[in-house]
Amino acid sequence: MKIRKGRKLNRRLNRSLGGDVAINSILFISGLFMLLPIIYSISSSLKPLDELWIYPPRFFVRNPTMKNYTDLFSILSGSRVPFTRYVFNTIFISVVGTLGHVILSSMCAYALCKHRFRGRNIIFNIIVLSLMFSTAVTTIPNFIIMSELKWVDTLASLIIPAFGSSLGLYLMKQFMEQMIPDSVLEAARIDGAGEFLIFSRIVMPMVKPAWLTLIIFSFQGLWNMGPTTYIFREDLKTLNYAMSQILAGGVTRVGASAAASVIMMIVPVTLFVLTQSSIVETLSISGMKE
Amino acid sequence: MTLVKSVKRRQLRKEAISWAFVLPYLSVFFTFTLLPVLTSIFLSFTDFNLLQTPNFVGAANYVRLFLEDDVFIKSIGNTFLLALITGPLSYMLCLLFAWFINELKPVVRAIVTLVFYAPSISGNMYLIWQVLFSGDAYGYINGMLINLGIITEPIIWLRDTDLMLPIIALVALWTSLGTSFLTFIAGYQGVDKSYYEAGAVDGITNRWQELWYVTLPLMKPQMLLGAVLSITSSFGVGAIVTSMVGFPSTDYAAHTIINHLEDFGTIRYELGYASAIATVLFLIMIISNIVVRRLISKVGN
Repeated sequence: MKIRKGRKLNRRLNRSLGGDVAINSILFISGLFMLLPIIYSISSSLKPLDELWIYPPRFFVRNPTMKNYTDLFSILSGSRVPFTRYVFNTIFISVVGTLGHVILSSMCAYALCKHRFRGRNIIFNIIVLSLMFSTAVTTIPNFIIMSELKWVDTLASLIIPAFGSSLGLYLMKQFMEQMIPDSVLEAARIDGAGEFLIFSRIVMPMVKPAWLTLIIFSFQGLWNMGPTTYIFREDLKTLNYAMSQILAGGVTRVGASAAASVIMMIVPVTLFVLTQSSIVETLSISGMKE
Repeated sequence: MTLVKSVKRRQLRKEAISWAFVLPYLSVFFTFTLLPVLTSIFLSFTDFNLLQTPNFVGAANYVRLFLEDDVFIKSIGNTFLLALITGPLSYMLCLLFAWFINELKPVVRAIVTLVFYAPSISGNMYLIWQVLFSGDAYGYINGMLINLGIITEPIIWLRDTDLMLPIIALVALWTSLGTSFLTFIAGYQGVDKSYYEAGAVDGITNRWQELWYVTLPLMKPQMLLGAVLSITSSFGVGAIVTSMVGFPSTDYAAHTIINHLEDFGTIRYELGYASAIATVLFLIMIISNIVVRRLISKVGN
């Protein structure tokens, strides 16, 4: 690094030194509050049994061991259903559910913002309205609908509803509205391209940040899907469900349970790290109009 | 004549293509979101219990809910208390932290964003709070407080009816910096830097003025989206209660509307009554959204 003479002492516009110090201290302390439980989990997951039950309890591990992780594996393989089955279920519903969600909501978003047809405004308004209530409101009727469809005890009951998530459609529509100029579509139509070709070859490549965002949000939800009221068969249950059973095993399993949450966290956090900039780009143009 | 016909036919063909694009998504959305809400409203006026054919009972479920069900009244109070903490407080914190983070250099910004966002995507990680607040001397917080000499006996945090709600609020707050937080991060980054210079020329002299008069008004769209997402999740606290303090909590001290809904829906199978609970929750969420939208449109004025 070169040392420049007469270094600029001007601060950025409207930023006082005192304010910077105060703000960064607040950020640091709050960051610790957010981070410490996660570090405590990781540290507990590495503690041998005698350290988990030491008094007074220690925050950091002294003699790290992988025993909790191997224990976790043996507890899970000890159950009637092989551990790999839970892993398969979770990966399967996450991948298929996410894929379907991205494709169906992108198609719908494309038509809603680039086609003129009767009913499109009503459809979009209803979808925006549905952002305003949580899925808890719909659990009971959904159970009835699942039984009518004969989808109780099938993975379809977890996968198909995920296709229709309204946040994904909303974000995709806002993104397409901003990022796809009508002139591009007109030019393609004059060249004789059909609507499905335009959608798959022109529109989708232009909205990559948006579908990466949809992938992350949808995947996170499905990956963390816990026990539901539609699945009773043990061999169709999810990894999250299996992991949460570990904790139900009582206090002796604190270490294994911490190991379980560390393992479950790795996938969504890694995906977020890889796609953070795309997500931010999508959200920056997805606000709501008054 | 034939020209008119062919124009009309082409118009219809175009509409058919549009519907081919929207129908797959809409059929799923209709079946699992719209139809359930309508069904729920309908069932709330019946005595449906899964076994017998439902009878129409008028407003009886609602009368029972508000006049006879003390636990429900308690759960409304708890839900609003939790929603007030995890809603507005979390919203303000998201807005403030995102603003602080926006001042950092890109690499640091990405890391700090991850630190704040991670709890909301880490699934069951919040269960560690149960270990931290464990009621014996091995619980980390008890151990620490005893060690510092602040208390002599371990506090049974998660069974104490006065402490339950604050602890749940704390945990809910910890997991609540989610999508709306990211939306704000994105919103701040989307503000054109030239507005800040223009603001300084117009006499803005510190960062708080800049935030209120320049930045936030430009972020209204993100603030609205964030508000909608915050409200929806702040009224939806249920799973955290069950896993932190058990179900039902001691004296229903932490019972929320969601817990009440689960109780009647998935344990007692009084689905008509549970539907009335769901409908009330639905209305609370929608009305809160309308009120908050009004408030946000006042920002910067």
